Amino acid sequence: MAKRFTLEDFLALLKKYDVEVIEDVKIDGDLEIELEGSAVDLTAFTALYSLLSELGNFLYHANMALTYMQRLSSMLGIQMPFQLQVPTQIAAPVAKVEVPAKPAIPEKLIEARFEPAKVEYTGYIEEVVLGATRADGGTRDYVIKLGGEKSLPFYIFDKPQPNLPAIAIDVFDRPPALAKAVKVHYEDVVGSPAEWAKKCVKKFGADMVTIHLVSTDPLLENTPASEAAKVVEDVLQAVKCPIIIGGSGNKDKDPEVLEKAAEVAEGERVMLASATLDTDWQRICEAAKKYGHVVLSWTQLDINNQKMLNRYLLKRANMPRNSIVMDPTTAALGYGLDYAFTNMERIRISGLKGDEELNFPISSGTTNAWGAREAWMTESPIEGDTPWGPRELRGPIWEIITGLTLSLAGVDVFMMMHPLAVAVLKEVFNTLGGKVKGGVADPGKWIFAEV
Amino acid sequence: MKVKSPLEIYNFLPRTNCKECGYETCMSFASHILDRSAKVTDCKPLVRDAEKDSKAKEKLEKLLELTAPEIAEVVIGVGSSAIKIGGEEVLHRHELTFFNPTAFFYDVWDSLDDKKIDERCDRVVSYKKFYVGKYLTLDGFAVRCTSNDPKRYAEVVKKVAGYGKPMVLIALNPECMKAALDVCAEQRPLIYAATEGNWKEFLKLALDYKVPVVLRAKDLNLLKSLAVTFKSSGVKDIVLDPVTEPLGEGLQGTFERVIQLRRKAILDGDKDVAYPIMVTPIAAWLIEGDDVTKSYWEAVIAGIFIIKYADAMIFHSLDQHVVMPTLTLRFNIYTDPRTPVQVAPGLREINNPTPDDPVMITTNFALTYYTVENDLGSAKIRAWLLVLNTEGICVEASVAGGKFTASKVKELINETKIAEKVKHRYLIIPGLAARLQGSIEDETGWKVLVGPIDSGRIKGWMEKNWPPKK
Repeated sequence: MAKRFTLEDFLALLKKYDVEVIEDVKIDGDLEIELEGSAVDLTAFTALYSLLSELGNFLYHANMALTYMQRLSSMLGIQMPFQLQVPTQIAAPVAKVEVPAKPAIPEKLIEARFEPAKVEYTGYIEEVVLGATRADGGTRDYVIKLGGEKSLPFYIFDKPQPNLPAIAIDVFDRPPALAKAVKVHYEDVVGSPAEWAKKCVKKFGADMVTIHLVSTDPLLENTPASEAAKVVEDVLQAVKCPIIIGGSGNKDKDPEVLEKAAEVAEGERVMLASATLDTDWQRICEAAKKYGHVVLSWTQLDINNQKMLNRYLLKRANMPRNSIVMDPTTAALGYGLDYAFTNMERIRISGLKGDEELNFPISSGTTNAWGAREAWMTESPIEGDTPWGPRELRGPIWEIITGLTLSLAGVDVFMMMHPLAVAVLKEVFNTLGGKVKGGVADPGKWIFAEV
Repeated sequence: MKVKSPLEIYNFLPRTNCKECGYETCMSFASHILDRSAKVTDCKPLVRDAEKDSKAKEKLEKLLELTAPEIAEVVIGVGSSAIKIGGEEVLHRHELTFFNPTAFFYDVWDSLDDKKIDERCDRVVSYKKFYVGKYLTLDGFAVRCTSNDPKRYAEVVKKVAGYGKPMVLIALNPECMKAALDVCAEQRPLIYAATEGNWKEFLKLALDYKVPVVLRAKDLNLLKSLAVTFKSSGVKDIVLDPVTEPLGEGLQGTFERVIQLRRKAILDGDKDVAYPIMVTPIAAWLIEGDDVTKSYWEAVIAGIFIIKYADAMIFHSLDQHVVMPTLTLRFNIYTDPRTPVQVAPGLREINNPTPDDPVMITTNFALTYYTVENDLGSAKIRAWLLVLNTEGICVEASVAGGKFTASKVKELINETKIAEKVKHRYLIIPGLAARLQGSIEDETGWKVLVGPIDSGRIKGWMEKNWPPKK
């Protein structure tokens, strides 16, 4: 038997695995053990073994080395304090403790500590207040605060999140084209924005409402700004929540419409939607400043344009920092959501890292989710598709997942429509925001039980 | 990966610019390794030298180690249906991209009767959803042991294995797991799960059968201890399950644990937790409520963790209102943000059109293009389809953003010589581009018809509007 195993090898092996304690073992002589045996101070083995046994059987290599030692000792006829039956015959090597082909199973877990990574941002997101109560010169019952974050959304283990996302339900001043699953919930109030707004707040739990003055579009009814402003007054009368006022999207007419709306809503701190690069943003900002409102800065899926428009609003229009919210554009799940998500996530991270042209709360037109055919079509127009199932169930979840995704990018206010989607997203925000106590008794029950 | 610049990789390469890898220079190859569009082993000289020479082999191994992904990659299944999970590099997709999409496994359980099991399996393997030019499909099965009977479990696992999709075997009882592995270990299933209670037996199973294993613990100290123990015993293919709690503080806690695990791996480079993460939306079925409530919540949990770092998931619902949004979200989140999703502009002939068939126009945004192309195909409409270069932007945004303009339409009409191929001068534009009707007519002299807003309605529109009334 020419196989050799020196103690030096053994110690080097242990050292490699940080078993430094072994270095204290005093071993006499410069040892080289051969299987044939030699003159060795055998007490060294006992000391070594007791140390190893203290270390536990936690290393495969230690185990293997130990096995060698065992074999040696048995061959040399030394009794060691082993639990295992050590065969006495040289010809029959250790029955159960032969050199393992596979690593041994350790007796105990190797204890390890998990230390979370520290993440801290130097910047913060501006806090923007929507609505004004009597104390502040308005007539709202409460205000909604947006933003104020110092960490990524719902990372409450990094920093507390002062304000969870708010939800505003859309109200239109003319019958809009809506998916059937949405329409059924508003059929009774179409035509009366005031009643519609009430329903959103009282029945569907909206934090706010957005009144879209779509009929002002010159290509539609071309309602004059002064008449549209009356609708705003009606809505302010009907509900006591903060409100958002949207134009028709006509870039020539919107400034005039929003200016008039701002005037009749003086002191209520509404949000005017929207200032864009191709509208007269200066005029919208002037109205906002004069009557104490907030401006929504809307760009199309482009972080650089968003930065540019914000800069104009700040530097040229002198908008106060606490009066700007951004809409970087929402694309639906399956229809460009990846762009919308990443654009918003980049904007939010830039803001948190201290970019003062991007650290504003973010708004999402989540109703856009209903543009996805999966949300509204009765069945798939594609031949090979697995049947799509009832659209009543597909539609709301499409809005939910679109909103949920963007909430994780940093959206602070959602403009939505389906009551179920509103309810579910509220639950999600409260849950991830740490406001919902409790849980299920045994989260592992699905592993073995029928569900 | 550890290296941050192509130069660091370049120093390991032969620097001969031999082009065997398909790139012009070693430097170019190095930068492709860095963004993971090329593999180190594509360098043939390096591989050949490594076979002959131990020094060269060391060098190759060193380079492989330096360029290994931050998060370990684990393969589940074998052959063409095998899936790879993990292998991620970043916390936010815009920092590079996410690589291996979250794998979706759908549950079957062994106390179901065989007919029902087959029904569920059939639904999983036959599932198809058309999206951006191809069909999305589901990845595999999660076979749960609800009988606690090793014999029955093995029987069902064998049956499910017959469907040829990757599997997660779910049983905490090592005897049941062993029985299942005896019939399917060579198909490389992922075994679920080693816990504080059974880890020794599962460690032995993972070693004996050489299969990837999920470690499950809510306490991250314990989870890391399990990972360290398994790794030092020689298990390489590890997946971490920090326990999905479906509700309330439990769900917020799950959110925290998943994020902490991934951040620790990526930001601190802690290799002891740099493994793929398993999340189980199926836990939503433990909450109170009707099936719609539970399935909606299952989709919500899945949504959160498709975005935040889950590499594999176990689902219960096979309903479209869960499957379709989660599959679509997965596709969106794992789309490479570095490459715009677009197709080549130009003229496409759909269903062999004749000179009397309509001319339509759409954008080169891949999603729009494939949707239109497929809708026309499904509706068996013959058409000449012009594809406008809007730089991969959809109709609505490209009209608003000035990338879909009358003058560009005119250019495209000229370039494609479409006027020589048809006898008429009618152009159908997307409903969302309606406002360009007048300007395109002025610019091109063609009569412009405004089509439907969604191309899925093109068939009905054609019946009413084509051929156009003179």
